[in-house]
This record gives sequence, structure tokens and C-alpha cells, in this order.
Amino acid sequence: MVMMQPDSTGRFGQFGGRYVPESLIPACYELEAAFTEAWGDAAFRAELDALLRGYAGRPTPVTECTRLSERLGVRVLLKREDLTHTGSHKINNVVGQALLTRRMGKRRVVAETGAGQHGVATATACALFGLECVVYMGEVDVERQALNVFRMRLLGASVHPVSSGSRTLKDAINEAMRDWVATVEDTHYCLGSVMGPHPYPWMVREFQRIVGDEAREQCRALLGGRDPDVVVACVGGGSNAAGTFAGFASTDARLVGVEPAGGAALTRGIPGVVHGSKSYLLQDEHGQVTEAHSISAGLDYPGVGPEHAQLAEMGRATYVTADDAAVLDAFTVLSRTEGIIPAFEPAHALAWVLRAAGTDDLPAGSTVLLTLSGRGDKDAAQAMDLLS
Amino acid sequence: MSAPIALEPHLRSLRDGGRKLLVPYVTGGLSPEWCEVVRAFADAGADAIEIGLPFSDPVMDGPTIQEASQRALDGGATPAAIVAALADVDVHVPLVAMTYYNLVFRAGHERFASSLVSGGVSGAIVPDVPLDELDPWAAAADAAGVATVLLASPVTPDERLARIAARSRGFVYGVGLMGVTGERERVASTATIMAKRLKAVTDLPVVIGFGVSTPQHAVELCAEADGVVIASALMRRMLDGASVAELGDQLHAVRVALGRG
Repeated sequence: MVMMQPDSTGRFGQFGGRYVPESLIPACYELEAAFTEAWGDAAFRAELDALLRGYAGRPTPVTECTRLSERLGVRVLLKREDLTHTGSHKINNVVGQALLTRRMGKRRVVAETGAGQHGVATATACALFGLECVVYMGEVDVERQALNVFRMRLLGASVHPVSSGSRTLKDAINEAMRDWVATVEDTHYCLGSVMGPHPYPWMVREFQRIVGDEAREQCRALLGGRDPDVVVACVGGGSNAAGTFAGFASTDARLVGVEPAGGAALTRGIPGVVHGSKSYLLQDEHGQVTEAHSISAGLDYPGVGPEHAQLAEMGRATYVTADDAAVLDAFTVLSRTEGIIPAFEPAHALAWVLRAAGTDDLPAGSTVLLTLSGRGDKDAAQAMDLLS
Repeated sequence: MSAPIALEPHLRSLRDGGRKLLVPYVTGGLSPEWCEVVRAFADAGADAIEIGLPFSDPVMDGPTIQEASQRALDGGATPAAIVAALADVDVHVPLVAMTYYNLVFRAGHERFASSLVSGGVSGAIVPDVPLDELDPWAAAADAAGVATVLLASPVTPDERLARIAARSRGFVYGVGLMGVTGERERVASTATIMAKRLKAVTDLPVVIGFGVSTPQHAVELCAEADGVVIASALMRRMLDGASVAELGDQLHAVRVALGRG
């Protein structure tokens, strides 16, 4: 069985673990205990469910892409996480973690963000719960995602630009961890993806599995009880893919994760340890982490969640890449054929669908579910520069 | 080169002789003279010397060591080249490598441990390998005779503190404060408490680091601890262009303040 609870050391096969400084170990144990207890507590689940429905806008629909399907010769269904409050799947995880923060009696939250979607979602949940919020964001991303920086500040968060290293998501995580080491006694680190030390990869996947669980039932309703032939999602750290795959792991659907060509940890990396867990990692011969390069700030990360490493090694999921040009094309295609402007991140998944349609990977007549993890408003300014 | 000096007997014998232990840190490859700095620290009265093997993502380090690591990496420093250079340093003071786990994992546990031995390095500190993840590395390190120094934190519970002290080799490294490495104005109250708690559970030398910036800090901490690590205060000066002699003098001032035991 795949996508179950990791073992007591936080491992999915050989991947995962808890590679953090001693100062963070008690907090990792505390969080694991708090999450385990809360996840088994009907009252917690009911409160989370009520927030996801009444505040975040769940359930999100599955949309049939009629014109695109006609054009490609495959039936394309979109799981519409772009329609949630704050515009991406990130809200599912942060509402859960905000509830846990309160449950643990902590008053302050730190988070990292790449594209700003997780930062905006965290700032939103903190405003809702009256928690202090500090978001670390690489300087490069502060520049290319200025609108999200403003949104976070408007929501009451402090945004700290990070000028070290590659000045992107990887360095924002380093800085958030450094803050957390100093403040862990009253601060929760609201990690945005299925990465980091145990219990984060497991906990974030569980908070995101609502995407896959809803989609599976919605697909069955649309497809006369059948599951889609292929389920595809983009992968940076891999949270929307993990949540989506969790809903389909026990079906016959093929699972496909799409990484950016410039940050393809699973396709081009080798096992390594960074940010608290063992997984695939882009690194040099000495073990120095190398920089990712992607049009998408949200996928601009040299690592990947450990459970994806396990799914790749087992062959349960397949991981492929899409380059920036194909992503920009997919971004335009979905906008024009369906009237849906996708974020650059899920445009990677769509780029694969456009490429694979009609080939052995996605034969004519097959059905594919794609998780549209976020909306493209945040990328409009960057796209305007790139397309003009 | 000479064979590594066994870390624990060396430090125990100094400690038991009444000497307070002084452990400076140098980022390997930081400047062309970094090996000279190691020698100057030995001459200034260091009892062991930490050698940083720079990593791209040092999450336990504050701005100074981050900058030192980046500068060393930009200058082409590699773990293999640093360890190879140490083989020729020949200082008669035990050397302890300080790095992050991915460099160890990438090289392979056995290969990394044996490379340390071939460079005359006696011990290793790998802060992102806590007790829970220790076994694969520690097995290789033990087999090669490399002492794995474990870190204890102010938030480590008592029961776990005892297990850390029992599993640590060479000495036990008490993290003096909640936070990353870097200079501080004064000694954190947590540092003194850390030293007392560790002394209560172990006979290993107890050395406190993080935020130890001045001779006065060292003296204050050594009222409870067996010794101190000084890193950022030295590396800040080195980054600012201090000469080898000036760095030696800076450490010597701490040695004088602590006495020679």
C-alpha cells in the first residue's frame, strides 16, 4: 500500500526522516503528537471541514474542458483549486495548520513562500485566527511577485525579503528555519509543502488529500463510476500532487507529476538531505545544493517531498518535466480555449497534457484529470512581459 | 601528516588538569591563509580546533558563518580539498570537522569518515543529524575512530539530554541559546543553565557554543562549563580582513582570560 502513514521515524521507504538541529526536535515531536491527536479527533475534523466549506469555498468543482478535449482528442477534466479563497490549494493546508497552532497554544507563525501563494494563504489564516505572521520570501520572488507581497502585507503579515543564496524558495526556507530555531517555544512553522522534517510531509499531504478525495468522487459521478485513466499535477515540493495522488493511489489511474525542467529533483537529482528530510535533490558532486531555475517561483526548488521520491522509486507515479516555453504556451492555450487563466505552476501539468495527448503516454480517447492548483492572476504581469 | 589525536582523552586530561577548554572555529577555505589561521589558533592556546566544511544551506548558522561559507564556496572550496590541506597542517591539537549532513551523505558514510582520518581529523559535528538519525553515520565514524560530537539544546528534555551525553564522543556540545550561530552582546541565561544541566548528567567535557563572543563571555561561562567554542567572533574579523597574527592575538586574549590551567 502506498500513501499511508509513514513509519515511526517519519519514513516513506528510505525517504523522509527528521534531519533537523536538536533545538527543533522537541517541536517536531510536539507537532507530530498534536497532529496525530487532532486528526483522530472528530471535533477537530468538523471544525476544519466547516472552515473549508464556509471560508475557503470547498468543495471545488471538477470542470469538463469541452473545447480543449475536442482539440486534443483526450477528455480533460480540471480539479479547480484556483476557485478556492486566496486562489490556490495552499489554503487547505494553512487552515489546518492554523487550527493546530491554536491547539498547541502558540501565538506566532512563520512561513516561507515562493510564488507567494502559500504566504498569502498563511497570512490569510493568521488574520482569521488573530495570529502574528512572518513570511520569508526570496528577493527574486519579492520582485517577480510584487502583488502577492502587497496582499500579504495588507493581510497584516510581515514579509521579510531573503538576500542569501539563490534568493528564491530554497533560501526562504533556510531563513524561516533559522527564525524557528530561535522562536520555537511560541512559534509554529507553517511549512507550505510536503517536505521538511517528519511530521510535515505526512501532515501536509493529509491536509491536502481533500483535493484528491473530492476529485475521485466527482470523477466517478462524471464518468459513470469510472476513474480517470491518468491523474496529473505539477510538482515543486509536491503538495498539490501529493493531495491529488492520495485520492487516487488505490485506484488504477496512472499518476503523473510534472516538474519544471530547471528544477527537476526527481528527474535529474539524486538522493540527498536538505531542509529536514531525505529525498531527491539537485546537488553537485560534493553535495552542495544547486540552484533551480524556473519561470514559476512556486516550483523554483531543488528538492522534492520525500513521499514523491518513494512513489517514483516504486513506480507508482511517473515524473516528467516541462520547460518554460511549453509552460507559457499552456498558460495561453487554457486561457483561450476554456477561459481559465492558470497559474504558471499547474500550467506545467497542462504542458505535459498538450505534449502527451495522442501519444502512448496519453492515448486518444483517454481521460485525464489535472489539478489546476492555482489561478494565474499573480502571474499576469510576468506573462505580459514574456508574451509581448 | 600525523595520525589524528584521540579527542576525548586529550580534552579529558586537560580538563582534569584544571584547564578550561578553548575551541576556536575556522571556515575551511575561507581565505588562502586559512591553514595559517589554524596554526595561529594552535599557537594561541586552542585545545581543539573546529574546521568548518562549508555547505550551501547552513540552517544552523547566522549571517557571519553563512557569509564565510559562501565566500569559501565561491573561492572553490570543497570538502576533499579542505581535508587534504589539513593533512599538512600538523598542529598537535585535535581537529574537529563541522559540517552538514548532505556532504557526509553524498560522499558516503565510510568514505567520509576515512577521509577525515586521512586528513588527521579527530572528530565531527553534524548539527542536522540529531540522535534520532545518528546510527548510520555514527557506525561508520566509530569504526574509523572519528569522535561524533553531539549537540544538546536548551529545549532538550532531561531524559533525552542524558541519552545525548551518553552517545556523544570527544565532548558534548551545549548550544547556549535558542537560535543560530552569531555574536551576541551578553551571555544568554540559557547558556549557563545548559552547562549546569549537562554537567549533572555526564563526565564528558562540556563545551558551550553559540554567542560566545568575548574573553569575558568565555570566563563567565567557564564558571560552569569545561570550555567554550568561539566561531562567529573570529570569523567576523577574518571576513573583515584581519591578519593571521591579529586572529591569533584575538584568540590568545581569550586564552589569557581563561588561564592556562
